[in-house]
Amino acid sequence: MQAELLAIFLQYLKAFAVGGGICLIAQIIINFTDLTAGKILVYFMLAGVVLTALGLYQPLVEFAGAGATVPISGFGYLLANGAMKGAERGFFYAVTGSLTAASAGVTAAVVFAFIMALIFKSRTKRN
Amino acid sequence: MTGKTRENYNENYLNYVKTQDPPTKHLKNCASAFGVGGLICCIGQFIRYMLQYAGLTGDELAGSTSVILIFLGCLLTGFGVYDRIGRYAGAGSIVPITGFANSVTSPAIEFKTEGWIYGMAAKMFTVAGAIIVFGVFSGVIVGLIYFFI
Repeated sequence: MQAELLAIFLQYLKAFAVGGGICLIAQIIINFTDLTAGKILVYFMLAGVVLTALGLYQPLVEFAGAGATVPISGFGYLLANGAMKGAERGFFYAVTGSLTAASAGVTAAVVFAFIMALIFKSRTKRN
Repeated sequence: MTGKTRENYNENYLNYVKTQDPPTKHLKNCASAFGVGGLICCIGQFIRYMLQYAGLTGDELAGSTSVILIFLGCLLTGFGVYDRIGRYAGAGSIVPITGFANSVTSPAIEFKTEGWIYGMAAKMFTVAGAIIVFGVFSGVIVGLIYFFI
């Protein structure tokens, strides 16, 4: 029981360190260049795709759990992983695999954003 | 200080601007990005454990975790809370998947006034569209490489 609790605590610690570390890298890049939020998101997603294709991101996911899957690079991991799994099944699935894997995230973003746009009004930004 | 030529004026002015600019607080910036980013990942880990406890596994578990986080990101954006977190946390709120949700919801709410089709629906993808375009394209390339190797 105690060992199990320790393992869970350690998992949170690892998720915090790795997830925070990825955000820290992004913040350092923002501080020293003039990259906007949108560009940072695209670059980190692409980095996730490339690292996954090279087989480097999978070990990080196994180590850090949500710490590696929650940042946007985890979205790239999802895309590349879907494509790689699809490639084993055939040509059709190699092409469609990435978007199939990402469908949950994209659907959720579109549907929830739509609902929020129905409910909420644009507010004047308070600074 | 008093430059006679045009270039001198520009140079003096730029130097003056530099002295008046508030210094970027790198250390504080980075610490809050690390803390908030790590915290959001811990919330993700917590949701993952809860869903695992509820009996989900594999792709369903990973997908449902993202969906719940995206829902939270959209909701907090709707209430205007996420932008306030973002001002404090910088990349710590941009890089997690909740930042992706924020980048979809924020323009959707803001451009509602310009109409539902060209406003809300079209502007929804100003940032997310780029992510999906590059994501799908690179994903297809990875799939093709793995298929032919």
